[in-house]
Amino acid sequence: MRTKSRFLKIVVSLALFAMGMLFGKMFLKPQPADTVPMPTTMKYRNVGSTNDTLTVTNQNTFSGNIIQIKDGESIQEAVLKANPGDLLRVYPGTYSETVYIDKDNISIQGVIIDGVWPTLDGKKALNDAILYSGNGITVENLKIIEYKGNGIMGQAGNNFIIRNNWIIDTGVYGIFPQYGKNGLISHNILTEIEDAAIYVGMCDNVDVKFNEVYGNVAGIEIENSRHCLVESNLAYNNTGGILAFLTPGLPIKTVFDVIIRNNFISGNNHENFGAPGSIVSGIPPGTGILVMAADDVIIEDNIISNNDNAGITIVDLPTGAPTANDPNSEPNPDRVVILDNFMIENGNNPVGEIKALMLSQLKTKGPDILAMGGGVGSTIRDKNRYRTFGLDNYAPAQITDTKDVTTLMFDKPVAPRSVSKEELGELTYYGVCAGCHAFDTRLIGVPTQLIQAIYKDNPQGIVDYINAPRNLRDDYPEMPPQNYLSDEAKIAVAEYILSLKR
Amino acid sequence: MSRKNTILKWVVPGILMITLLTVLIAANKVSHTHYVPKLNCNCPPGFKLNDKNECIAQNLYMAYSTNNDPGVGGLKTALPKVRDGFSPQQIDLGRYLFFDPVLSADGTISCASCHDPQKGFSDGLTASVGINGHQLKRSSPSLWNVAYLKLFFWDGRASTLEEQMQGPLFSKEEMGNTPENLLKTINGIENYRHLFSEAFPNKSSSDPISLNEIYTAITAFEASLISLNSKYDRYAHGYHEALNAQEIEGMNIFRSFVARCAECHTPPLFTNQQIAVLGTPEPNGATLDPGAQIPFKDSTLRGGFKVPSLRNIEKTAPYMHSGNFATLRETVQFYTDGRGHAVPKEENLRIHWHIWEPELTDFELDRLVDFLKTLTDESFMPKVPKVLPSNQAAFTNNQNQESIQ
Repeated sequence: MRTKSRFLKIVVSLALFAMGMLFGKMFLKPQPADTVPMPTTMKYRNVGSTNDTLTVTNQNTFSGNIIQIKDGESIQEAVLKANPGDLLRVYPGTYSETVYIDKDNISIQGVIIDGVWPTLDGKKALNDAILYSGNGITVENLKIIEYKGNGIMGQAGNNFIIRNNWIIDTGVYGIFPQYGKNGLISHNILTEIEDAAIYVGMCDNVDVKFNEVYGNVAGIEIENSRHCLVESNLAYNNTGGILAFLTPGLPIKTVFDVIIRNNFISGNNHENFGAPGSIVSGIPPGTGILVMAADDVIIEDNIISNNDNAGITIVDLPTGAPTANDPNSEPNPDRVVILDNFMIENGNNPVGEIKALMLSQLKTKGPDILAMGGGVGSTIRDKNRYRTFGLDNYAPAQITDTKDVTTLMFDKPVAPRSVSKEELGELTYYGVCAGCHAFDTRLIGVPTQLIQAIYKDNPQGIVDYINAPRNLRDDYPEMPPQNYLSDEAKIAVAEYILSLKR
Repeated sequence: MSRKNTILKWVVPGILMITLLTVLIAANKVSHTHYVPKLNCNCPPGFKLNDKNECIAQNLYMAYSTNNDPGVGGLKTALPKVRDGFSPQQIDLGRYLFFDPVLSADGTISCASCHDPQKGFSDGLTASVGINGHQLKRSSPSLWNVAYLKLFFWDGRASTLEEQMQGPLFSKEEMGNTPENLLKTINGIENYRHLFSEAFPNKSSSDPISLNEIYTAITAFEASLISLNSKYDRYAHGYHEALNAQEIEGMNIFRSFVARCAECHTPPLFTNQQIAVLGTPEPNGATLDPGAQIPFKDSTLRGGFKVPSLRNIEKTAPYMHSGNFATLRETVQFYTDGRGHAVPKEENLRIHWHIWEPELTDFELDRLVDFLKTLTDESFMPKVPKVLPSNQAAFTNNQNQESIQ
């Protein structure tokens, strides 16, 4: 009886459990949502048909293989094996390495699973997280922490896309493309960077959009670059929010055509923790936008608030940077255009030079907009709405908005220089082979004429010899292998050698 | 009949004899005036002869583009505009002049005395020695790849090679010559008059040689010194096996933003051709060299010097304007010893913002040196002439001397 009731209890409870499961499945199962008919006057937006850069770059397709990198593996190993066109998918895990990419068209894409990010951790021992020199590099969805140099640095790669990265305390810069043309930096979050979180240096045609930068010395810096659109970013609690700089002493001498539009630039009052000697170490806390010697900067439709020193500061080089002069850098900000901006509560606690300047005007508050030093041709729309200082020369703006400019990137990737097979053969022959071979005289190696005689109609024979020379003659030294030449260069130079007339 | 025969017998050998004599005398005369072989009619390696008899630079970097005129950037970046288009004869004539000590006031110093091909076209001294043993103040810069440079001398005071060479030629402390004496000397050497008329075909050998022709010829030779085929270049062009693991590690430190070497020593030339104030030490007891402050008349450039190219840097010890560092290792160490650590207390230099405290480890410094040595390439080394038009002994102690032809 006792055992029977125990058995019964178990059976009943199992039956109840099964019934519960069944009911739960029947009634609590998510139901497919009903489709609400669209209003007849509305159409679905045809995603992809616009020229908006975010859409265009989202449409990129991958021609190569997909390589997966899991926790415990090395991203660099994968890069070394990858071919142009490949997509490297990095799964959640911790990767403590410097990844350098000296190839074209490589994409590194983090895979975020259940809120867990793939993390590059420099442990404050490694220099840079990602260094690239190739064209067409994409880096996205990575969390990058604790490096000493940069989070992501590009050296001369064009057509780059850097987006959706979460970068914390990576040293001097967070994202730093240099010498690149045509790039997009969007939807990144960066903090605790001791110089500029996003630093566009000596680049052209770059859009910086939808990023969040806070707690850095400088939020976003456009330096010695042209045609840059800084739009819809959130910059708060940096020492300086958004900067357009001309730095002297760099090989590229100009910065112009920069649009700073639709950004939120608030409360950039962080103490300056820039390295001694760095140019940003001179930025006073409380700086919203800083234009130093940059030309043709348009500042439009930003919300600039609670920056304690000044909302917008416009200075020339002698005022702004204590660096050595550069006779080839024009030191004045010219043709700056300030359009409608929403500016409140700026200058509440000015420091240093501006404080002294304002006190000389018997004021304790810093201005919304301040201009110091040289510069010509600058204009402002509706000047009366702002508290300004030093803008006496600013004429009324000739334009009302920049709505025609949706992007400053190109609608197609910048094409690399393409050389024909003949050109490549010629460059290789004179640039490499000519060190030892002349057409009809003996240098170190045999005369080219003789090669022509031996390999008539047989360029592949020359290629084979280039790859693995064997000494054919006692009277000449053995040729070192030239197998470092690319396959294209080898066949091109072989054919060029056979076609040479003198 | 027989008389006629007799005359013929005498006349024919006589004519033959006279012809032979004439030829012999002429040949003798030719060999006397053309002591030096005819100028080379082929371009040196790295150049292609076009149909206007100009040597046009050719190298694998021309397969790339660049976003900027200074030709700075990453690995596959085009070089800046090159100084080329000289004729093969001008280049070859410049080679003779370059090695010829008659260019100096007392015939003891040639360009090659301080720009020795065996020492990376430098001289291995902390600071060069001029005429009469005069001790100069700065070290001799290399001449490799000067065809791509826009700024000359350590303090950047010249912007062309022609302008540059007048410095040492006519400095009392260097080659000690004067324009008048140089012209007199060169015009007084018959070989040079012939060679100049060959290199400058619009003039005849009776026209005097001009200073501009001398400058052009030496420029042509200097601009032919191309070094772009190092191990590094093979890597840059895509053959990643060209560098070993330590060298690649060095390259990544070199271009990292901690060491920041590549910020001023920008590939592919490994210089951005700017003036930078580093605050490097002077030799014991010497006062601070004001550098670019003097020519640019700008006190913010005090202690500023031209960023030199690092190509063939392994060959050009000692380093810096003062030659104060004997090895590459000491040189890279300087950059991690602290911003302004070697600046005299009374000086207030505007030190370059990239000079900071990178705290590089010994391991990293060693790897930097490994990488710097991959920038060596002397495959286009020119030949030192065996015989000089002036009859002077050519610059010696050289294994690469031209064989007698």
